[in-house]
Amino acid sequence: MSLAQTDKYFLPQPSLWPIIGSAALFLMAVGGVMVMREIDHGGWILLAGLGVMIFMMIGWFSEVIRDSEAGRFNRQVDSSFRWSMSWFIFSEVMFFAAFFGALFYTRMLSVPWLGESDTMEQLWPAFKATWPTAGPGLTADGFQFTPMGAWGLPAINTLLLLTSGVTVTWAHWGLKKSNRSQLILGLAMTVALGVTFIGLQAYEYHHAYTEMGLTLGAGVYGATFFMLTGFHGFHVLVGTIMLIVMLLRSIAGHFTAEHHFAFEAVSWYWHFVDVVWVLLFILVYWLI
Amino acid sequence: MKSMWKQAGVVGAAILAASQSALAEYGYNLQVPASKVAQDVFQLHNFIMLVCLGIFVVVFGAMFYSLLKHRKSVGHKAANFHENTTVELVWTVIPFIVLMGMAYPAAKVVIDMKDTSNPDMTIKITGYQWKWGYDYLNDDVSFYSTLSTPREQITGAAAKGEHYLLEVDEPMVVPIGKRVRLLITANDVLHAWWVPALGAKQDAIPGFIRDIWFKADKIGTFRGQCVELCGKDHGFMPIVVEVVSEEDYKAWVAKKKGGAQVAAADNTKTFDTAELISRGEKVYQANCAACHQANGMGLPGAFPAISGSAIATGPIDAHINIILNGKPGTAMAAFASQLSDADIAAVVTYQRNAWDNKMGDAAQPAAIASARGGAAEAAAPAAQ
Amino acid sequence: MSDAAHAHDDHGHHAHPTGIMRWLTTTNHKDIGSLYLFFALFMLFVAGSMALLIRAELFQPGLQLVHPDFFNQLTTMHGLIMIFGVIMPAFSGFANWQVPLMLGAPDMAFPRMNNWAFWLLPVAGFFLLVSFWLPGGAVAGGWTMYPPLFIQGGISYDLTILAVHIMGLSSIMGSINIITTILNMRAPGLTLMKMPLFVWTWLITAYLLIATMPVLAGAVTMLLTDRNFGTHFFNAAGGGDPVMFQHIFWFFAHPEVYILILPAFGIVSQVIPTFARKPLFGYASMVYATASIAVLSFIVWAHHMFTVGMPVTAQLFFMFSTMLIAVPTGVKVFNWVATMWKGSMTFETPMLFAIAFVCLFTIGGFSGLVLAIAPVDIQLHDTYYVVAHFHYVLVSGALFAIFAGLYYWLPKWTGHMYNETLGKWHFWLSVIGMNIVFFPMHFLGLAGMPRRIPDYALQFTEFNQIATVGAFIFGFSQLILLTVVLKAIKGGEKATTQVWEGAEGLEWTVPSPAPYHTFETAPVVK
Ligand code: HEA
Ligand code: HEA
Ligand code: HEC
Ligand code: CUA
Ligand SMILES: [Cu+2]
Repeated sequence: MSLAQTDKYFLPQPSLWPIIGSAALFLMAVGGVMVMREIDHGGWILLAGLGVMIFMMIGWFSEVIRDSEAGRFNRQVDSSFRWSMSWFIFSEVMFFAAFFGALFYTRMLSVPWLGESDTMEQLWPAFKATWPTAGPGLTADGFQFTPMGAWGLPAINTLLLLTSGVTVTWAHWGLKKSNRSQLILGLAMTVALGVTFIGLQAYEYHHAYTEMGLTLGAGVYGATFFMLTGFHGFHVLVGTIMLIVMLLRSIAGHFTAEHHFAFEAVSWYWHFVDVVWVLLFILVYWLI
Repeated sequence: MKSMWKQAGVVGAAILAASQSALAEYGYNLQVPASKVAQDVFQLHNFIMLVCLGIFVVVFGAMFYSLLKHRKSVGHKAANFHENTTVELVWTVIPFIVLMGMAYPAAKVVIDMKDTSNPDMTIKITGYQWKWGYDYLNDDVSFYSTLSTPREQITGAAAKGEHYLLEVDEPMVVPIGKRVRLLITANDVLHAWWVPALGAKQDAIPGFIRDIWFKADKIGTFRGQCVELCGKDHGFMPIVVEVVSEEDYKAWVAKKKGGAQVAAADNTKTFDTAELISRGEKVYQANCAACHQANGMGLPGAFPAISGSAIATGPIDAHINIILNGKPGTAMAAFASQLSDADIAAVVTYQRNAWDNKMGDAAQPAAIASARGGAAEAAAPAAQ
Repeated sequence: MSDAAHAHDDHGHHAHPTGIMRWLTTTNHKDIGSLYLFFALFMLFVAGSMALLIRAELFQPGLQLVHPDFFNQLTTMHGLIMIFGVIMPAFSGFANWQVPLMLGAPDMAFPRMNNWAFWLLPVAGFFLLVSFWLPGGAVAGGWTMYPPLFIQGGISYDLTILAVHIMGLSSIMGSINIITTILNMRAPGLTLMKMPLFVWTWLITAYLLIATMPVLAGAVTMLLTDRNFGTHFFNAAGGGDPVMFQHIFWFFAHPEVYILILPAFGIVSQVIPTFARKPLFGYASMVYATASIAVLSFIVWAHHMFTVGMPVTAQLFFMFSTMLIAVPTGVKVFNWVATMWKGSMTFETPMLFAIAFVCLFTIGGFSGLVLAIAPVDIQLHDTYYVVAHFHYVLVSGALFAIFAGLYYWLPKWTGHMYNETLGKWHFWLSVIGMNIVFFPMHFLGLAGMPRRIPDYALQFTEFNQIATVGAFIFGFSQLILLTVVLKAIKGGEKATTQVWEGAEGLEWTVPSPAPYHTFETAPVVK
């Protein structure tokens, strides 16, 4: 690439990937609705959509990686990436805020309201507003569950994620010093910690469902518990996949000490997931 | 120049103020108030409106003056000023002061409206799809109130009456001059209870009680409607409140209690099938036809047909069960608390023998009573 | 600065797809802008036709044309499509066309993502429309989607939730793109406080979108799990609360109404100075006012919920905070009037729409203020007074500003002047029609007519009849708009580079029509 080219802002050619992405979402939505409404073959359509989506992501990201490797991203493009990744993470923060808001609202407002004055006397006699709860109706029907304590697996998971935040930073230092083995080792450890986290989380869910009576349907406690930890777990999964891609790209030698925004973006994302977990640990597991 | 516009505004506002209550009579303003709260709101609204009107006249007086005088076609040359900190500050501060002038009286009314303490009587009101239930907690009177406008008037087959859509079979009756506290809730979805002339509106929220109060200071009939979208017949669940004298109220309570005893006696009787069917048809038209339709065909995709339905032509216990307990997560509500044993027996019998359903069997009130005993168990699986 | 015009259309070194593939794969901000605008125009007629059907049913008391459940479907879809399918895409179209032109940027920051943000909309739009033909019909729970009613419905409810997710995704990607473009791709010398006001309003709008769309996504996700996966977020029996949905929804939807109006403020702030031939009065205070509106919009949401039975302190807090918004909005109105003051005005169609905007939006703002007064709102909530309020701010506000912007920039986009006579007809019929439809609704609401009802008591008949007549005048005059746009695309008097005598800004330095690629080398702004 000539110098002149890098002065200019990089403008990609027309691309088929976005419309393929739309097709994927179309299939996923149709399939998803069919699954939820118990219409035959919905699962296959959903899977097909997922397949197209993965195909699109691989295709699109490879194109971006090719553009990057060809040196088409100059400093200004790099700065665009930084802005956009920050705003994207901000949008994720707001997504989690909705669910933390639901936790706050039910815990501090609606559950206490259900157990006091007219609402309790007229509609839910004998309901005692405590947290955690499955709510007055389910409790009256004899529904029971055990809440999830903080000091078993969740505490270990906290440790794992906090450590992974350190290892990814250590990997970044390696990258900045052009120390490839430190980079690769740091990333590999981070991936390993992420995978362990997901495994433990899956075990915890299994335990909750089979032995504690703690399910999505366990009133607002169950709902907020699983939605918050579930969306977080999903983000860890996505983050781990992205880390694996970064690991492979590091092995392929894509990153230089100056030019490695993809790596930084993933580590920002990973730190964000980390912070969410700490909030979860405190608000969902600990303070019950 | 500016001050001239202001004067015009003041004069205009004064004329409008004088005619405000006249406007109400002609449907240009809030309804004529029949309680102190409604009166306060009425005045508050007039006040806010007039202030807004005043500002409007001043601002757009200036704008239209400019549109006339500062146009190119009359040869006006453009000036070039584009900021002036003093002016900008002034028109930030003045609106703020105006708003404080509005906020003060508004806050007083809010505080008064929300104070539900020391009631003379309490009525619990429950919204259902699509009727209202009233429980007089002090007088032990309970009843349902549904739209009484005949279907023919709605479809246009008959001329519409004076109180078209705003009339019910059983109005809510309250004595004049008493602080009435309303405990409002709902059974299925959100509704909202509103009688404009009394200045009382409250959303009905399933699972929660929210209270309001009013004190009617005029004898008369006041009409309102459900004002929260609650599904298909949201437009057809009116509210009628009759404010009567203390004696008339006592007489009404006595009459209501007599009626309730007769109805309770039915629950221990045994009926013959023809009786059940004709009674059941009435119950069906009043409670079920809104969804399942008078012809029993339902609305495909939304409400299933009863004619030919697997449940209405299957084991009678399952049929009774769905009516008592409804089906959670669908529009099919539990009717256990809404209908008496006799009514449920009747509607079951009717459904099993109407249209294409030729089951020939019947349910008696006693069977419903025993099914109710098991109702608590039957509801439990909904928990998972 | 005329260097800016040195744009070349001779990009021979890459094969560009043609025909439909050009539009499916395009990464050009002008193409994508046009796609957004065509989509919005099409949806305006779709959702408008629903409104006309609503008005036709309401012409007389009694049920004539539609079944009550279908009526609710019409109301819901009319609201959803007008907001998510007309106004928002139209503003995105303006942003795509104008933001790079106004900033002297070659394109948007992420052209491929830009394409995707658009091509998600037809998917979501298709889901919304196709649900009319699914068993049970389209969603009928109101555009506000309140549970538990929304929990009851059938398959189209799930599909609509997913459509909302997809539209949210589109908005978030579009907004990240716009924000990044604005923050990172301004021409050298174009500092933030020199940006055209339209760009400023979009910067703040994009911020609002990124902050609130994910919250909406969270809210509808909870609806979805309550419907299908046994959660009890909105069910008291499980300790949840139906009202919680309203809090989360309005935390999104109140900022959303400013998302629907801030770009309109931006457009009007471009148009008025041009035709007054005088710089915008109080540029800095305009920027600060816009930002204050955005900040305040996060703390007023519960004014939509004064009747749910909040504690009295909450009621007072939300009443006061809502009233405060009148201050920055007032600053804007005063600044527009001051811009006209002692100008040298001419009244081409864009200016006419802008003037009507200032005046009629203020009427809507005042009725908003009346609604902000909690005790009064308790009387007027869920009545036609509210319908009157939001159509004044949305139709004579957002939509009229879109019309103004369309007439203003159409010559730049197509290279042809639009037909001024037709434009004037469109304007006058629209203003008159619009007021005939929506003004009487204030009286209906005051007198006690609830919204979302297919049939009404006899005392409401006259005003409803007037409104329906107005709706048909207003609706059919939009066919003139369609004609004007199509004619301008096909041909007409050639537009000059500057187009309007008083126009200023980078976009007026490139030829009309603006070449396919502009500003490949950045212009320098002094
Ligand atoms: C573009 C969209 C838009 C805009 C800009 C606004 C602007 C405002 N809105 Fe509106 N609103 C809606 C769209 C919008 N709204 C919609 C869609 C709904 C209904 C949703 C639904 O339920 O379906 C709604 C509903 C709604 C309600 C709830 C009603 C109810 O359901 O009971 C309230 C209550 O407070 C309200 C208030 C306001 C206020 C105070 C403003 C303010 O921003 C207005 C400020 C402007 C002015 C005041 C005029 C100019 C100012 C001056 C000239 C200065 C001097 C003035 C004074 C000192 C008074 N709006
Ligand atoms: C930007 C938003 C927007 C816009 C532009 C409009 C435009 C119009 N709206 Fe509204 N409306 C809403 C947003 C909007 N609306 C919202 C959010 C609601 C609340 C929904 C809810 O309660 O959930 C609502 C609700 C609403 C109601 C209340 C319904 C009810 O409560 O039951 C009514 C009633 O009159 C109404 C009427 C109209 C009319 C007559 C127009 C007119 O401006 C429309 C003009 C018509 C056209 C532009 C179409 C022209 C079509 C033709 C000429 C036919 C030719 C046909 C083809 C070529 C196919 N709208
Ligand atoms: C608000 C609407 C509504 C009302 C009012 C209503 N129902 Fe239903 N009903 C439904 C719906 C929806 C279903 C389907 C539930 C499901 O998905 O299985 C249903 C199902 C039924 C069924 C089972 C039909 C089948 O084969 O699945 C019976 C029987 C029934 N209702 C009887 C009644 C009776 C009796 C009444 C009046 C006392 C009544 N319903 C009132 C909505 C309603
Ligand atoms: Cu009940 Cu609307
Ligand atoms: Cu609002």
